[in-house]
Amino acid sequence: MPRVVVDVMLKPEILDPQGQAVANALPRLGVNDVASVRIGRRIEIDFTGEPDLDRAREIADKLLANPVIEDFTVRLVEADEPADARS
Amino acid sequence: MTARVGVVTFPGSLDDGDAARAVRIAGAEPVRLWHGDPQLHGVDAVVLPGGFSYGDYLRCGAIARFAPVMEKIIDAAAGGLPVLGICNGFQILCEAHLLPGALTRNQHLHFRNRDQILRIEATGTAWTNTFQSGQEVLIPVKNGEGCYVADTATLDALEAEGRVVARYVGGNPNGSQRDIAAITNPAGNVVGIMPHPEHAVEALTGPSLDGLGFFTSVLKHLVGTPA
Repeated sequence: MPRVVVDVMLKPEILDPQGQAVANALPRLGVNDVASVRIGRRIEIDFTGEPDLDRAREIADKLLANPVIEDFTVRLVEADEPADARS
Repeated sequence: MTARVGVVTFPGSLDDGDAARAVRIAGAEPVRLWHGDPQLHGVDAVVLPGGFSYGDYLRCGAIARFAPVMEKIIDAAAGGLPVLGICNGFQILCEAHLLPGALTRNQHLHFRNRDQILRIEATGTAWTNTFQSGQEVLIPVKNGEGCYVADTATLDALEAEGRVVARYVGGNPNGSQRDIAAITNPAGNVVGIMPHPEHAVEALTGPSLDGLGFFTSVLKHLVGTPA
């Protein structure tokens, strides 16, 4: 059964101090070619029946994301897709 | 008749005891409200206290906003019920869209816990009518996610409509835009404040007694409001 994945990211104009802290730590790993890092959240939703993208969008809009500061995307993936499938 | 001021306890609330005590010291009767009980028990005003409701899971206040008691509070606030959200309570009021904007991680990522000077700028609200405009008060601040953000249009509207209730003076502890520490809704009955007035009501434990003014204000407001 496909799974619904919701990705939540801070809006581009909102400062992400967590991402900045990570970016500032990278030179300590010897990484000096990263311009910026922004941190978001991935939420996986398994419906009991057929996945319902409209319902997932409603969940994302009302609870998973705060539209004042965050944007979100909703998509379907195969449930056995590993977390790094997009790499 | 003594005013009855509700104080909500969510799972993870921390300052509900202090808030109830501040209500009592101000001369009102504190009424403990439970997050899962969709009843306001006839209270005349409500305080949403500080803490970490639902463990701050997802976002601070995001889950508390859907608690059964909150549905009643959101309805009653629209009808003029005075509501004060302190710290986590402020976060809940923003998540509930009773106040605009949002509270995000402190810009420097550090938890800040210190006594903070605030300048009171709006004295027409239900919770600040005993202060003088421009009065400086000393109140503890303690937060990790107290950075107030909103889009420029919202910030400009808050300023133009006199809805910035208090600003940080002598150093911004969390990076809040325009040094905003507290705001109100257009009607002035809902106020959100990041620092903790309930911790500044007794000489033994507080840096001042300045916080008491928020609680005596709501009593004054209620006396002037026809039942």
